[in-house]
Amino acid sequence: MEFETVIGLEVHVELLTKSKVFCSCTTEFGGEVNTHCCPVCLGMPGVLPVLNKKAVEYAIKAALALNCEIPEFSKFDRKNYFYPDLPKAYQISQYDLPLARKGYIEIEVDGKPKRIGINRIHLEEDAGKLIHEEGKSYSLVDLNRTGVPLIEIVSEPDIRTPEEAWLYLNKLKTILQYIEVSDCKMEEGSLRCDTNISLRPKGSDKFGTKVELKNLGSFRAVRRSLEYEERRQREILEQGGVIVQETRRWDEARGITIPLRSKEEAHDYRYFPDPDLVPIVIDREWVEKLKSELPELPDAKKKRYMEEYGLPAYDAGVLTASKALANFFEECVSQYHDPKTVSNWVMSEMLGILNETGREVDEIPFKPEQLVKMLKMIDSGTISGKIAKEVFRDMFDTGKDPEAIVKEKGLTQISDEKELEKIAKKVIEENPKSVEDYKKGKEKALGFLVGQVMKETRGKANPQLVNKILKELLG
Amino acid sequence: MKISIETVEHVANLARLYLSEEEKAEMAQTLSSILDYMDRLNELDTTDVPPTAHIVPIKNVFREDVVKESLPREEVLKNAPEKERGFFKVPRIIED
Amino acid sequence: MNLSELTIHEAHELLSKKEISSEELTKAVLDRIDKVEEDIKAFLTIDKERALEISKKVDKEGDFSNPLAGIPVAIKDNICTKDLKTTCASKILANFVPPYDATVCEKLKSEKAVIIGKTNMDEFAMGSSTENSGFFATRNPWDVDRVPGGSSGGSAAAVAADECIFALGSDTGGSIRQPASYCGVVGLKPTYGRVSRYGLVAYASSLDQIGPITKDVRDCAIVLNAIAGWDEKDSTSVNLPVPDFTKSLVEDVKGMKMGLPKEYLGEGIEPEVREAVLSAARVFENLGASVEEISLPHTEYALWAYYIIAPAEASSNLARYDGIRYGVRAKDSDDLIDLYKKTRSEGFGREVKRRIMLGTYALSSGYYDAYYLKAQKVRTLVKADFDRAFEKYDVIIAPTAPTPAFRIGEKTGDPLKMYMSDVCTIPVNMAGLPAISIPCGFSGGLPVGLQIIGKPFDEATVIRAAYTFEQATDFNTKKPAL
Repeated sequence: MEFETVIGLEVHVELLTKSKVFCSCTTEFGGEVNTHCCPVCLGMPGVLPVLNKKAVEYAIKAALALNCEIPEFSKFDRKNYFYPDLPKAYQISQYDLPLARKGYIEIEVDGKPKRIGINRIHLEEDAGKLIHEEGKSYSLVDLNRTGVPLIEIVSEPDIRTPEEAWLYLNKLKTILQYIEVSDCKMEEGSLRCDTNISLRPKGSDKFGTKVELKNLGSFRAVRRSLEYEERRQREILEQGGVIVQETRRWDEARGITIPLRSKEEAHDYRYFPDPDLVPIVIDREWVEKLKSELPELPDAKKKRYMEEYGLPAYDAGVLTASKALANFFEECVSQYHDPKTVSNWVMSEMLGILNETGREVDEIPFKPEQLVKMLKMIDSGTISGKIAKEVFRDMFDTGKDPEAIVKEKGLTQISDEKELEKIAKKVIEENPKSVEDYKKGKEKALGFLVGQVMKETRGKANPQLVNKILKELLG
Repeated sequence: MKISIETVEHVANLARLYLSEEEKAEMAQTLSSILDYMDRLNELDTTDVPPTAHIVPIKNVFREDVVKESLPREEVLKNAPEKERGFFKVPRIIED
Repeated sequence: MNLSELTIHEAHELLSKKEISSEELTKAVLDRIDKVEEDIKAFLTIDKERALEISKKVDKEGDFSNPLAGIPVAIKDNICTKDLKTTCASKILANFVPPYDATVCEKLKSEKAVIIGKTNMDEFAMGSSTENSGFFATRNPWDVDRVPGGSSGGSAAAVAADECIFALGSDTGGSIRQPASYCGVVGLKPTYGRVSRYGLVAYASSLDQIGPITKDVRDCAIVLNAIAGWDEKDSTSVNLPVPDFTKSLVEDVKGMKMGLPKEYLGEGIEPEVREAVLSAARVFENLGASVEEISLPHTEYALWAYYIIAPAEASSNLARYDGIRYGVRAKDSDDLIDLYKKTRSEGFGREVKRRIMLGTYALSSGYYDAYYLKAQKVRTLVKADFDRAFEKYDVIIAPTAPTPAFRIGEKTGDPLKMYMSDVCTIPVNMAGLPAISIPCGFSGGLPVGLQIIGKPFDEATVIRAAYTFEQATDFNTKKPAL
C-alpha cells in the first residue's frame, strides 16, 4: 500500500523584547544563575503580572508577517501543572482566544509554491531551566529564562514530507528574523520545535495515529527524526502493525527515536481565564500601524530582486534567505552599477568563506562599500579578477581596505607595456616549442604562453594586455 | 452529585496532595454535599448569559518594555529550603 | 484614658500638637498587647523593636502633617511586608520573609505609619472564624469563648481590643466586614480595583480586595485615602481619580434612597440581628433618608457560585506552595512528586485542602462548563441584580452577618454551615461593590453589624451614610470589657 505522511509543527519562539513578558527583569541570554529574577517571575506570594506591550506588538507583527488574522478580542489563561521550572505552577498562556489564527507560510516544493497553513499563534511565558548533573541525586533550577515572552506557532497538518518541514522551518526563521521579533537561535533555545507525524493510506482523508517527537536540537534533527519516524511507521504499517499514540524522543547520536516513559497520568491542565490579567482588545488602527512598520518580507524582496535587478530566481532566493545578507547585497548594489556581478561575488566568494569559517553575515569585518571599492578596482584594471579573490580573502581576515591590501602586498596589476614586453620576450625565448606550435596554428599554445607570463608576474599582469603583446611579438 | 473515593484520589493527585483514608472519606462526603448545593445553580437558565471573568470592565493594561533591576541573588535564594551554587535544589528529576 | 484607645484622628491631633509622641503611642499599644494578647491572640508576629525604632525616627523628623504619621497599624498576615515574616497563618509559609512590600504597605510606610505586627487569620483567608489559622485561634474581645469572625479575625480583634490604632484586612467573601461586625468595629471593603492587590497573597484573585478596619468611620476614610489608587503593578486596579474620602464625613442623608433587600432578612437571620438592622433603617428614615424593601433574587445562588469561583482560583493560586523556592519543605521525600505531595499535605490545613480539592475538581476536564463557567454566568446575574437596584437606590443596607459571633468550635465540624454564614457578604464581592460594616446594635451583649453597600467606586456615599449613622448613634463608643 502507498502511504501519505502527515506532519504538523509546533514552534516556540522567544521574542526579542528587552524585558520579560510580565515583569521588568532583563531577557538577556546567559547571566549568572538566578540573577535575572524578581518576586514576579519567581512566583512569590502576592505578586501580579503586568503585560509587556512590546511582546504583544511583536507577536502581532509575527502573526501579520505569517498572514494571520488578528481577532479583536484576546485573553490570557492559566495552564496549571506542577514542575520545578514553572514557579507559579501555572503557565500564563492563551487557550481558546489566541492573539492570531489562520495564517500560512509559502514554501517552494519542486519549483512550485505550496502553502502550509498556520492554525494559531499565541503569546505565553517561558519556563526556567533544569540541570541534571551526572551521578547526582538532585536536579538544579535556574529561573533566569522564566517569563521570557514566547510565541507558539502551530501549523496545520499540511506538511507532507520531512523536506517540507525543513523548508517550513527555514522560511519561518527567515521571516521572523526579517521582522526582528526573534533571533531564532536554536542553540540558545530562542527557537524550539516539536513535531507530530502520522501516516495514512494515500487518498484517505482520515488521519492516522500520530506520534509526537521531542528533543529536536536543530533543523537537521527535525528532518532526520521525521525521516526516521516516517520509515519506522511505514515498516510497522506494512507489516500489518498498529502505531501507538505516544511521544518519542529523538536520539541524535544514535539517529533513532525512542518512546518516552509513558506519563503516569494524562495531562489535565485545568485552563481558566487568568483573573490577574485583563483582556486585550486590538482595534484595526493598531493592527494597521503595526502592519505599516513591517519591513519588506523575503518573498517580496525576492520578487523585486528578479524584477529590479534582473537576477535569476536562484540568486534572488539565496540572497534574500537572510535579512543580513540581503541588506549587505543591497548596500553594495546602491553603489555599484551591476547587480549580477555583486550577486556573483556575494554568492560564491562571500558565502563560501562564511561557510568555510562558520561565520555569520553580521560578523563580516568589512563594509559593503569596501567590496564595491574592490569591484571598481577590477573594473579599472588595477587588479585582476584572480588577484581580487586573494584580496577578498584578506579583507575577511583583516577587515582592511582593498586598496591598502593591494598596496601593501604589491598586487597592483602590471599594465606597463614595456615591462610586460620584457617578460613576454623572456617567455618566448624559454618556450620555443610552444612558439612553434602557435605558429603552426595551435591557438592553445598562446594560452600556455599567457599563463607563463602570468606565472612570472605572480598573477599581476593584465591578461588582456599580455595577450595583445604576445600576439604582436609572435607576428 | 456523589463523589467517589476514586474521584477524590484523582483530584488529590492533580492537586499534588496526599490524603489519609479518613481525609478521603471526609472529602468525598463534604465535596458531595457541597456539590449538591452547587447543582442548585442549574435552576437558573444561563443560556444567553455571558460569563463574568472580570467584574470591572477594563482592557489593554500594559507596561512599557523597560528593564528594571532584578533582585540580588541572595534575596532570590533567601527563602529557599535547599540551594546549591546559586541554584534551587530539587530531588532528581528522571529525564525521559 | 489609655493612649491605645485613641482613634487615628484623635491620635493625629495629639501628635500634631506634640502633646504625645509616636513612641509614647507605640509603647502604649505594645503595652496593651502585652496585657491582653494572651486572651485575644490576635497577632502572629509582633515587630516590637522595629516599631519602636520607627516611631522614634518619626518623632525625630517631627513632621506629623500626614494623618497616619506615627500611628501604629497592624497588618493582616497575608499582606507582604518586606523583611517581616508573612505566613498567611499557614504552616507552609511559616518562615517566609518577603523581599518586597505590598503596595499598600509601601503607601503606609511613605505616610510614616508604624507597622507593629502581623495579625492572625484563617489560613490563606479561607474561613469565617480565624479558627482555620495554622497556628492558633483568635478570640473575640467581647467574649473570649467566641470567634472574632474571619478571615481577618486577628485584625478586627486587635482593633476592638485596642492592640493597635487601626488595621488592614482583606475581603474575598466578607473577610473584613464579618469580623468587623463580630468585633464591633468598622470595616470597609473597597470596590474591586480601588486598592492595589500587589503584595496581597492571593486567595481568589477576582474577588480579593484590601481594606481598612478601624475604630470609627472617620478613621476608615483616612485609611482609604492612604491606600486607594491605581497601581502600575496591579493590572486589575482601576485608573480613576480617588476623591478625598474625608470630604464625605458629613452628617447628611436627607433624600438618600436606600434599598433593604428582603433576601438578607429572611430565613437564617437571627431575630435580634434583623431587629437591629430594621431599627438602623428607622434611624436613617428619621434622618431624612427613604428606605424601601427591594429584592436581589440571586442572593443565595451567589453563595454557591462563590464556592466554585473562589476555590477554583485558589487551587491555582496555591499551587506555587511546593517547598522549592520558599516556605517549609517536607523532609525525606523519595522523588519530586513525593516532595510536592508531602510538602503540601503537611503544610496545608484541612479547610485549605478542602477548597483546593473543590476548586481542582471544578476546573478539571469535563467539569469546567458545568461548574466554573456556570458560576461565572451566575456572577453576571448577581451583578445584574445590584445594577438594577442601583438604578433606583443610592445604597443598599443589610445585616453584615446573619448572627453575632458564634462560639469557638461551634461550626468547625460543618463546613457548609460555616460557608452559609457568609451569605450576606459574598454577593457584594461577586459584584465587586464597596461595602462597609459599622456597629448597629447588640445581641446578647455581642455586637451586630450594619452593612452599607454602594455603587461601584462610590465609597464616598457609603462613607457618608455610615458617618451619619455613627454620629446619630453611640454603638461605636462601646468597648469590650477586657
